[in-house]
Amino acid sequence: MAVSAPEILSAPLNVGFDYTRSTGPVLGHFVNALRERRVEGIRGSDGRVHAPPVEYDPVTAEALTEFVPVAEEGTVVSWSWCAEPLDSQPLSRPFAWALIRLDGADTSMLHAVDAGSPEKIHSGQRVRIRWADETVGHIRDIAYFLPVDAEDTTPTSEPPPVAERADGAPVSVVITPIHLKYMHTASLEESRYLRGLAEGKLIGQRCPACHKVYIPPRGACPTDGVPTTDEVELPDTGTVTTFCIVNVPFLGQRLKPPYVAAYILLDGADIAFQHLVLGCDAAEVRMGMRVRASWKPREKWWTSLENISHFEPTGEPDADFETYAHHL
Amino acid sequence: MPEVAIAGFAQAPNVRETQGTTNGVEMLVPIFADVFARTGLSKRDIGFWCSGSSDYLAGRAFSFVSAVDAIGAFPPIHESHVEMDAAWALYEAWLKIRMGEVETALVYGFGKSSAGQLRRILALQLDPYVVTPLWPDSISIAGIQARLGLEAGLWSEKDLAEIAARSRADAAANPAAQVSGAVDVAELLDTPYVADPLRAHDIAPVTDGAAVIILSNVERARDIVEHPAVLTGIEHRVDSPVLGARDLTRSPSTEAAAAALDLDGVELAELHAPFTHQELILRSALGLGENVRINPSGGALTANPMFSAGLARIGEAASRIHSGEARKAVAHATSGPALQQNLVAVLEAR
Repeated sequence: MAVSAPEILSAPLNVGFDYTRSTGPVLGHFVNALRERRVEGIRGSDGRVHAPPVEYDPVTAEALTEFVPVAEEGTVVSWSWCAEPLDSQPLSRPFAWALIRLDGADTSMLHAVDAGSPEKIHSGQRVRIRWADETVGHIRDIAYFLPVDAEDTTPTSEPPPVAERADGAPVSVVITPIHLKYMHTASLEESRYLRGLAEGKLIGQRCPACHKVYIPPRGACPTDGVPTTDEVELPDTGTVTTFCIVNVPFLGQRLKPPYVAAYILLDGADIAFQHLVLGCDAAEVRMGMRVRASWKPREKWWTSLENISHFEPTGEPDADFETYAHHL
Repeated sequence: MPEVAIAGFAQAPNVRETQGTTNGVEMLVPIFADVFARTGLSKRDIGFWCSGSSDYLAGRAFSFVSAVDAIGAFPPIHESHVEMDAAWALYEAWLKIRMGEVETALVYGFGKSSAGQLRRILALQLDPYVVTPLWPDSISIAGIQARLGLEAGLWSEKDLAEIAARSRADAAANPAAQVSGAVDVAELLDTPYVADPLRAHDIAPVTDGAAVIILSNVERARDIVEHPAVLTGIEHRVDSPVLGARDLTRSPSTEAAAAALDLDGVELAELHAPFTHQELILRSALGLGENVRINPSGGALTANPMFSAGLARIGEAASRIHSGEARKAVAHATSGPALQQNLVAVLEAR
């Protein structure tokens, strides 16, 4: 497919969610100790002390229960240098990632060391925990590690969010915000469709094999698996194939219930898309009802189907069931 | 049980950034056409479809469903998906044929890694309580693993640069490769660290790509290719997710997979090693001698399309059996941090 970059639409897509996880008894014990600026490991089936604790032995899979306090000082087992820290990492200035074996533990913990430069860290180096200024019961209560003989430095991140709990109750939930940034790219076909909308046009594409017309165009015919090529401009009139009356309020709702979300089959199209049907009582909306797009004022148009505010009844007689029966 | 063979393989050009969507359709439509042209089959000949991809690369839920458009799934098809490298989708398809449920299967993997920040997104495959909240990136973790071997005397920075140079030289003969060409080891060692102890040449590139393999029982494969590549064994194992409890200089899961297979007489190996030092860990775990040709395609260091690079290793090994270049080969795929999970497949000419 020949594409030239300027035709393709793309936009940032930023997604985020605060993951809320219950800790269970082992990790709960660990994070509650962190809140008190202590580190608790756990004894494995083979006698090794794991810090951080593991719920099940990595070799025997036995459930582990015997907690063992370990020190807040330890030894660097291995490290790598992070010259350009990424969003959300423990430090925003260059630092080392390291496996650190705390005194009293037999396994090591992955964390950050604020060493200043790669010349100032080595395997075997002694390091100590730099606690967060505010500890909440989370792995990030350990802000990072410092060489034992280094002067204190200033943390660069805020404490994570905390779940509500009763006064005096232990931490039983940890919250980790996850934020990811993407550049979302529309396909060439979607880009032409979206640019058409900005000019008040509805542009679909016809499959060269089965001749069905898809709007929005999809890049490949889902029936034949071949690229859709022929462009088709469609009118802004169509038929309600099916619908539902929304009575339930939900977060982010833009209209006051009750209102109608319907599948609209544009005249000449072979696939329906979802939109609103307004301009009449919700109880009047029915399968086969003929509707027309109600466009927002031209100055509000952009590359979005939002340019159509909703669909409204045209007042024409209903479409015969046979005309849309195979699009249900 | 029927023996299973690889009858066809195709891959998309491996590139730093495609202009396509994250649903992979633009990469998949041409390679499906390619593999059907090579095998003389059509979608109606396929009994089972299985894919590997990840919503985390796309930033959208159920992103793999849109990819099904590339199949043209009508009449309705028998389909499955794994949120893993498609080498594991191939394992599922292999089982379906072994069990006699179907005679043919098409396996595909795809990913547009360039849509997000890959090394940061990969932090989400780690322990969600004590590791992911720190956001360690995949390159930093591999650097820790590489240093353990450097300081234990298991490999040197020069050994690693030699692997990079050999991979790029071999990739010159692979039109799908992203990075290729003659490079001097001494010059590579003069370049700065990206994540001390790793330099740019030690790290697989960020790649957008896709790959497809057609499997069938041996009888059907004989009608399609002169030398079907029979999957005489396929095993996968996983190591503990606790990085600090593993000996990161070894790959016990690869060793265990290899122990369950017959690797005697293997002539070439396609190893999915996204970092130079990981190739050495894998060669040791598989017990590959000096006479085994490693990564004639250039390997993952010259193109690492997420969720299809492992499948492509199996395809590259199979294509050298199809051509008569080798009689017995081993292919490997990995998933997870620091070689946590490993799949090993043995292919033999029939």
